[in-house]
Formats: sequence, structure tokens, C-alpha cells
Amino acid sequence: MSYSANFKERIGRFVIYAIVIMLALICLLPLWNIVAISFSSSEAVSANAVGLVPVNFTTAAYTKIIDDAQFWRSFGISVLRVALALVLNMILIILMAYPLSKSKREFKGRNIYMNIMIFAMLFSGGMIPTYLLIKNLDMLNTIWALVLPGAVPIFSVILVMNFFSAVPKALEEAAFIDGANPLQVLFKVYVPVSIPALATVALFSIVGTWNDFFSGLIYMTKVSNYPLMTYIQSLNVNIADLLQAGTNSSELSNLTEISNKNLNAAKIVVAVIPLLLIYPLLQKYFVTGIVVGSVKE
Amino acid sequence: MKQGNMKARGRLGPGAMYHMMMLPGILFLLVFSYVPMVGIITAFQDYIPAKGMFGSEFVGLKHFTYMFKLPDIAQVVSNTLVIAIGKILLGTMMAIIFSVLLNEIRVKYVKKSVQTIVYLPHFLSWVVLASVVVNMFSLDGIVNQMLAFFGLENINFLGSNTWFQPLIIGTDVWKEFGYSSIVYLAAITSIDPGLYEAAGMDGASWWRKVWHITLPGMLPIILLMGVMSLTNILSAGFDQVYNLYNPVVYESGDILDTYVYRIGLVGRQYSFGTAVGLFKSVIGIVLLMSANQLAKKYTDRKIF
Repeated sequence: MSYSANFKERIGRFVIYAIVIMLALICLLPLWNIVAISFSSSEAVSANAVGLVPVNFTTAAYTKIIDDAQFWRSFGISVLRVALALVLNMILIILMAYPLSKSKREFKGRNIYMNIMIFAMLFSGGMIPTYLLIKNLDMLNTIWALVLPGAVPIFSVILVMNFFSAVPKALEEAAFIDGANPLQVLFKVYVPVSIPALATVALFSIVGTWNDFFSGLIYMTKVSNYPLMTYIQSLNVNIADLLQAGTNSSELSNLTEISNKNLNAAKIVVAVIPLLLIYPLLQKYFVTGIVVGSVKE
Repeated sequence: MKQGNMKARGRLGPGAMYHMMMLPGILFLLVFSYVPMVGIITAFQDYIPAKGMFGSEFVGLKHFTYMFKLPDIAQVVSNTLVIAIGKILLGTMMAIIFSVLLNEIRVKYVKKSVQTIVYLPHFLSWVVLASVVVNMFSLDGIVNQMLAFFGLENINFLGSNTWFQPLIIGTDVWKEFGYSSIVYLAAITSIDPGLYEAAGMDGASWWRKVWHITLPGMLPIILLMGVMSLTNILSAGFDQVYNLYNPVVYESGDILDTYVYRIGLVGRQYSFGTAVGLFKSVIGIVLLMSANQLAKKYTDRKIF
């Protein structure tokens, strides 16, 4: 009896491991397939022969990218916008989260500011009024259109605000007695003890900005101004159009989609590398961030 | 005298300084969030770019009556709801099941590796993942090769109005289930282990433990997440749909956001697009208020 119970439990455990590992593979293999395609020859890719191992291993696609001026231009625009957005976001998050972490009594007007923020989070003018604003500000085709509209990430401000309000009051009081002003208290007391929360929102900012293709799509009218994701998206669109035109289609898609497939795959791989580089950090801070963020407030 | 002044200033100091700290951020919000709200007036005008918002003619509710007369809008709203609700239900179920299973994994490096892998797609843009999905689901992709292997007929997932919505829902669940499971996993680890020991002594099976301890223990967080997801019910995922759809599947794939983009922005029907956008925002905020009430009532937490 106990032997069979034990046996049953082992089988159960095995099944659970199998399911979980299979789910992980379902997440990983489609991505890996793109990597394999990027290292395979065009012929192998057109013949649909690439699975998980590159066929006729070649780095030709990557060599082609090295000379692709538009790719690197877009890459540079993305790096620049991430840097600008990160600096701007962090300054504004820190500056706003601190006063908002005070009680209504300590900071008169706190709730008015809070309501301004929350209403902006809940309700928006929508896509077209925002576009018309950017257009009327003459920011189309400038890097500012990619940076300024998202200058205040409200959710992140609230997350840091929650973190700040958990910092022991005694620390702050001691600094005030030493004659520090609020700005000094913020940067000398609050910021150093809030690194995990600040890292979380910094990563939110980096990932969100790097991955965003939509602002590039609507605010940039020239391909030469596209950030990287918008540029890559424009490659996808061509494929989709051809696929669509090819309801009748294998020749059409054979012609165009596939000859570029390994090149596009390589572009995607290069575009994802920056995220993979910070992925260990992401895992460390996002997990705590999401748990703190969802449990609080 | 001088010292008294300083003291007074010191006492006044923090408050004024707090306002100064708020100022830059609030200015950004006023310009980039509140000015567009004023721009909603466009929905009640025949907006002509050359004349601007103040020169264009007011036409009252013309665009709204037009919107409700169009057969498009019912289709678009229904697509949005089907896709969004499908994602919420399936995504939540999948995340819960996965977190329960993952919690059973005791070998540390297996657990860690699995987590590393399943969280990854969440961080990738739909621009990138759309290529992955197209690659898998196109007519000569691996999924159709598998169908062929089992002797089934090929399916043109990306060009079929029957299959497009399931494809959108399924691939979104694929992208997000790992990441969404983080919250549920945290909920499971906070359940009192004593409960499992007691149940074990009573001879309860794994199923019964999951059913009677784990799931009830997760219930508050499941409810909270469920209520919060109501806020997304009209945002079925612009990035994903936009990157995967094409004119053949507009009928089943067009959601409110893609519709506003295509008709309003690309088609330059600014006023009509703004009207549809406003329709979405208003229903969205009503849902959000109701969600907040529900959250207060059933989970003793507020969303905002």
C-alpha cells in the first residue's frame, strides 16, 4: 500500500516536471529558431530546413548588417532615446515621489497633485489629440517626440512613493536637525536606501522605451528617423503585405519574404541583445518590483 | 533678526520646496496629458488641420451618430471584447496552473532555469515576437508542418477570420503566462506550510491539497488581479494586433485602437477618430470605477 502510494507520488512528480519543462521549451524554442535561422544560409532558410540548429552555418546575415547604415542609425536613435528618457524619467520620478510620500499634513496640496496624477493615469485624450499636439508643437521627426510625452511614468512614481513612505522617519528627522534641506534629504537619505525600487523603475523605463515602436510609427514621417523597433516593424509590414497579397501565393512569398528571412532574423537578434544583456538585472528587480507594486497601493 | 528670518524660512522651507519638486513633473503632465484632453473638443468639430482647433467648425454629435450607424463599430467593439476577455480568462488560468506546478519543482536549478526562460517573452516587444509568431504559424511554418504530419489540413492562421482571434489570444497567453505567474507564485509561498502538513497527516492527496489549500489561499490575489484586469477590457493589445494583422483579417482582428489608428490617423479623419477614442476612454473609465468599487467590496484593497 505504502509502496504503491510512493510510486504514484513519484509518477505524479515526474509528470509535473515534464509539463513544466515542456512549457519552458515552448517559450524558448520558437525564439531559438529565429537565432538558428539568422545563422543559416538563405537557401536553407528558403527550403524551410532550419529547425534548432543552423543549416550551412554562416554569419553572412550579420556581415550584411554591419554595412546597413539605416539599421545602425535606428539603433543609435533608440540608444539615444533610451538614455534621454531614462535620465528624464528618473529625475522626475525621484522629485515627485518624495513630496508625494509625505502626509497631507506635512505637505499641503499633496492630494491635489495626487489627483492630477491619478486622473492622468485613468483618462487620456487618446491617440489623435496627442498626435495633433505633438504635431502642433513641431516635434514630429524630432527625438523629443520619442522622449517627452512619456516623461512622467505615473505608475513608477506611485511605486517609488510607496517605497519612500516606508523609509523610517527617524532618518529624515536626524538629517533635518543637521540642517539639511528637503532636496539634500531626498538625495542623501532617501535615494541611497531605495536603490531596489529605483532600479526597478529604471528598468521599466529602459525596457519600455527600447521596445516601443508606436511613437516612432506615428511621430516619425521619415524612415531615416525611425527608432530601431519601428524600423524592424517596417520590415515586418512588408512581409505581412506580401503574405496578404499572396492569398494565391506561394510564389510571391517565396520571392521576397524568404530571401530576406535570415537577414531579418539577424536584425531581430541584434535588436534583442541589449535586453538580454540586462536580463539578469531585470529578473532580479522586476520580480520584487511586481510583487511590491501589486501588493501595495 | 536675521536668525529669526532664517528660522521662519526654515519652517516655511519644506512646503515650498515640495511644490518646487512637483513643478517640473506636473508641467509635463499638463502639457502631454491634459492638453490632449482639451483636444477632445476635436471630436465635436469637423477638424481641419489648416484651421486648427479654434478655427474648425463645431458639428455637435455628428461623428458620434455616424459612429453608431456604422456597422464597423459593433464589429470592432465585439472583436475587442472577445480578444480582451479571452486573454484575461485564459491568461489568468494558465498563470495560476503554471504557478501551482512550478511550486512543486524542488530542484533549485530546474526551477530557476524554467523561470528565466518563461519570463523572457514578456520583455520582448511584439515587433520581435510577431516575427516569431509569423514564422511559426505561416503556411509553411512548423505548426502547419505538424498538422501535415498528423494528416490534417493546413490552416492559414494569419489569413483566416476563424483562426485569427484564437491565434491572438493564444500567443498573448504564451508571451505573458510566465510573467503573470510571479504574483501567484508569491501568493502560494505566503500560504502557511502548517496547513499542508496537517492535510498530509490526514492523508489528503496532492489534488485535494491544491484544491482545498493552495487555490483558496490564492483567492484574494486572484480576485484582485481579475478585477484589475477589467481595466484592460477595451485595450485588447494594439502592438500585438497591429504587428500580426492584415486586411484579410480586419473583420475579426480589428480592435478599437487599431481602428482609431487606421481610420483616424492614417485616414486623416481626425475628428471621427477622436470620437471613437473618446468612446473608448469613457467606457474605460466607467469600467475602472466599477472595478475599483468591486475591489473595495470583495478584496478590501483599492486600485487607486
